[in-house]
Amino acid sequence: MTYIPISLKERDAMLTTIGVKTLDDLFKDVPVKHRFPKLNLPPALTEMEVAAELADIAASNESVHGDLISFLGAGAYHHYIPSVVDHILRRGEFYTAYTPYQPEISQGTLQGIFEYQSLMTTLTGMEVSNASHYDGATAAAEAVNLAWAQFRGKRKKVVISPTVHPQYRAVIRTYTQGMELELAGDDGNADLDSSPEELKSMVDENTMLVIVQYPDFFGRIHDYTKMIEAAHSKGALVCIVANPTALALLKTPGEMDADICVGDGQPLGLPMWYGGPSLGFFTTKKTYVHKMAGRLVGETVDGRGQRAYVLTLTAREQHIKRERATSNICSNEGLLALGAAVYMSVLGKTGMRQVAELCYHKAHYAAEQLSKIKGMGLCFTEPFFHEFALCVDKPAEEVNAHLLEHGIIGGYALGTDYPALKNHLLIAVTEMNTKEEIDSLVDVLSEVNHD
Amino acid sequence: MINTTEKASPKIVEPTIFDLSSPGRTGVTFPEPDVPRTELPKSMLRADLPLPELAEVDVVRHYMHLSKFNYSVDGGYYPLGSCTMKYNPKIDEDTCRLPGFLFTHPLQPIETVQGNLALMYQLQEWLKEISGFAAVTLQPAAGAHGELTGVLIMRAYHKSRGDTKRVKMLIPDSAHGTNPASSGMIGLQIVQIPSDARGNIDLKALKEHCDDTVVGMMLTNPNTLGLFDEHVEEVCKIIHDCGGLMYGDGANLNALLGIVRPADVGFDLMHFNLHKTFAVPHGGGGPGSGPVGVNERLADFLPEPIIGIVEEGDDETPPLFGFRKPAKSIGRMKAFHGHFGGGMVRSYTYIAMHGPAGLKDVSQYAVLNANYLLARLRNTYHVPFDRICMHEFVAEGQFAGSDVRALDIAKRLMDYNFHPPTNYFPMIVHEALMIEPTETENKDTLDAFADALIKIAEEAKKQPELLHNAPSTTQFGRMDEVKAARDLVLCCWLPEDYATKD
Amino acid sequence: MNAPTKLKYTKSDEWFDPSSGAMGLSDYAQSQLSDIVFVEILVDVGDTVEAGSPIASVESVKASAETYASATGKVVAVNKALSEKPETLNSDPYGAGWMVKVEQGATGDVMDSAAYEKFCADRTH
Repeated sequence: MTYIPISLKERDAMLTTIGVKTLDDLFKDVPVKHRFPKLNLPPALTEMEVAAELADIAASNESVHGDLISFLGAGAYHHYIPSVVDHILRRGEFYTAYTPYQPEISQGTLQGIFEYQSLMTTLTGMEVSNASHYDGATAAAEAVNLAWAQFRGKRKKVVISPTVHPQYRAVIRTYTQGMELELAGDDGNADLDSSPEELKSMVDENTMLVIVQYPDFFGRIHDYTKMIEAAHSKGALVCIVANPTALALLKTPGEMDADICVGDGQPLGLPMWYGGPSLGFFTTKKTYVHKMAGRLVGETVDGRGQRAYVLTLTAREQHIKRERATSNICSNEGLLALGAAVYMSVLGKTGMRQVAELCYHKAHYAAEQLSKIKGMGLCFTEPFFHEFALCVDKPAEEVNAHLLEHGIIGGYALGTDYPALKNHLLIAVTEMNTKEEIDSLVDVLSEVNHD
Repeated sequence: MINTTEKASPKIVEPTIFDLSSPGRTGVTFPEPDVPRTELPKSMLRADLPLPELAEVDVVRHYMHLSKFNYSVDGGYYPLGSCTMKYNPKIDEDTCRLPGFLFTHPLQPIETVQGNLALMYQLQEWLKEISGFAAVTLQPAAGAHGELTGVLIMRAYHKSRGDTKRVKMLIPDSAHGTNPASSGMIGLQIVQIPSDARGNIDLKALKEHCDDTVVGMMLTNPNTLGLFDEHVEEVCKIIHDCGGLMYGDGANLNALLGIVRPADVGFDLMHFNLHKTFAVPHGGGGPGSGPVGVNERLADFLPEPIIGIVEEGDDETPPLFGFRKPAKSIGRMKAFHGHFGGGMVRSYTYIAMHGPAGLKDVSQYAVLNANYLLARLRNTYHVPFDRICMHEFVAEGQFAGSDVRALDIAKRLMDYNFHPPTNYFPMIVHEALMIEPTETENKDTLDAFADALIKIAEEAKKQPELLHNAPSTTQFGRMDEVKAARDLVLCCWLPEDYATKD
Repeated sequence: MNAPTKLKYTKSDEWFDPSSGAMGLSDYAQSQLSDIVFVEILVDVGDTVEAGSPIASVESVKASAETYASATGKVVAVNKALSEKPETLNSDPYGAGWMVKVEQGATGDVMDSAAYEKFCADRTH
């Protein structure tokens, strides 16, 4: 079926007005030998049939909503999403609108983004936020573009901690290929026990940006204040890739004097959705706002003296600046930024802190119980948030296969990205994991070690 | 805010979520921990978390109020050129939210997500069939992200052949800004190619710039004038003859479904905009989804991962779907696998419901509607490149002897309860009004829109102040954009006296 | 529009003052851009600029432009105050809106004020 609301009689009347006989007459500019190809696609389904087909496909997955217990994180987290979030996102006024280029009739979207920007700066302790990027990884790559633009290409080195998410590092490599940059520190074989202070030795007068993660990929909480001070003394900028749930509890990147703070907004009330879409938040200091890519909403007044909002500093962007723009980004993750704003509003100060503390307590309970198992133990000793690297004393893939037989998705197997950690799992625990689930993970893993 | 000492404070139509906050309120609470508490890392805790405090009803009313300030496809006609603001079927909203899709983790073992992978594999196959390309990546997050993927692939292809002196990208003067921005972002030089009098690529100028330093050309076809380039095959041939590659900006694919396959006329690669052509809603600016299709010789350069069959099936068992890294991959474009839930599930649903005949209808009626509006408006508004158009056309929003501009016409349309067309783009038309009706509008709506534009043209002559002062019937009037850019108020916080607020 | 006779002008709408070595954006250019909200000077004192090479990036509410050097020479001063008050380019393009001063600047292809006024008038029609 289609959604075309034109009757055959109307069609014929329209063709007459146009002055052609048939629909096909409208396509004479298309090379005749390629015109109207037969598409080998399945015949059309009705709504009833397609609903059933998609329900079957979805049901053939084993989800973490009833089918499996999950301790998988590594950049996507299973959190509770309050019902109200999707009720707001389902309003056609929001989800069927376009980019708010006509502010008189887009104040809903514009004020929504302005509030999202405000909530993100509050959470990160930074001064400004844009309207969002595609995801945390691309936001991190855009931090490199900001630094590149800030130094006008005169500095050519980026120092990346090996404990930044491996896929984020991969995306930065993709984005920067051909820019003739030196990416220092981006090495899964590096010493992972080293403290952030040790990154300092790599930072020099040619360094434009240092990128670290907070908590890092292994869940560890580092205070980057001194490292940032050292980087600033060499004139370099620092970008912290942060987990937004953790920021409700922990010292902010702003307090550490980070220049840029980015991250993935999925934990802020967005479904995992098999990896997307989520949103990439991008916050920075006001000094760098002109070099920041992406849309930005600012407050103003309308001709009637009413407070209102508009897309501002648009001359930075590709549709005006074209090849001289910092980035080619056009769309943001508008609807999901709205979802994150609703989530942060409805949880508020208390709920956000509560979720962060629940994650913290449950993860620590799990870590404590798991490290009691003979032959297992925590890989690192630093404080951690809701993820930790667990040594399992045999290849992580084998352990995960065994867990799956018991209906449990274990942690992320670290060996692919960090060869030294082939017997290690990255375990994530959120408010969704009950004590019972944690205990059954401990039980099944105890068995593994007896096999 | 600055410079407001003498002026009255602006009137607040809807307070912000921070204005509405009151100490002690909360919308959602969570259970107490069912595990023993662990001491928090004291030295690393934040001092304060000044987020707003509201009850659920406060939040719902606030966003309900905001939603009413938005114009939307569900609310009315939205003929925004180049954006394909078609109706978004409601069933898509249900299918993409099925729990099996919502609650799957991107790093789950592939055996547990065969539904997702089968759907993605099938969508790759369908997009290949629709476009004629040999391979497709679903990973790019948006059209511009697809372009970035594409230009990286083009450069990597040349480099892999030792052909390192190619540094120029040819881009028509009618192109979207993202085309030069994507090429500029990876350090290529942009060469602008003019259009000829019929709105096609100027072949003479094209030939002058074609040499062995050309990476390729980025071409939107139909172009941003809504015209199918009459020499598209020759354009592709000229580029290929100098060793370049032909990139298609798929923004206007809504005109081509079942009409022509871009690969068949000579394009080497192209991005799709699932949020335009395949009815994924625009969400007030995103998320989009921008898969890229490539021909055989570029397939090895696609970003990782591609969905493939990792174990063949037989009569009894279905194949096992999984991930594959192309041999010379440019790398990873984003974390995980692309916009699965928001983009791919909705597009799969849409294509499955339309089938081959339905997709062809989509494009045929999109083109019918555009030509009908063009026929109704060409005597009132000057159309500089006036021939049978595809899914959109561009008129001039100005009249001899009048100071009315395209912007005024756009704003006046709001008083007639229509969303304005795109204005001031493409840049090669003065005072451009770019009108894309889409196939999901009926004749009555198109007639009402044409009538409104004809009436506005009369108003422009007799009562131009109606246009200069428009919109007048909307909740908000024209904005002070200079103030926004100079004051740069980009966020708000809780008021300073918040803690003592009662 | 205003084009002082003591200055020289380029086709890309920059001016050059042979007596002081100062250069900047013409009155015509600022009026075309309208409300300027951002200026970044791309060169530093001590750099040598070539006529036609970019010296500044300018953004208004609706447009952006690159400003090119109107003469070749060694940069001896950069107007740092502009980035704080970019609107100066609108209010005083030939005075407080100067961008860069060079030593012994050698002009490339430039026009006198009468030729430049005609050049601008031709583009407006």
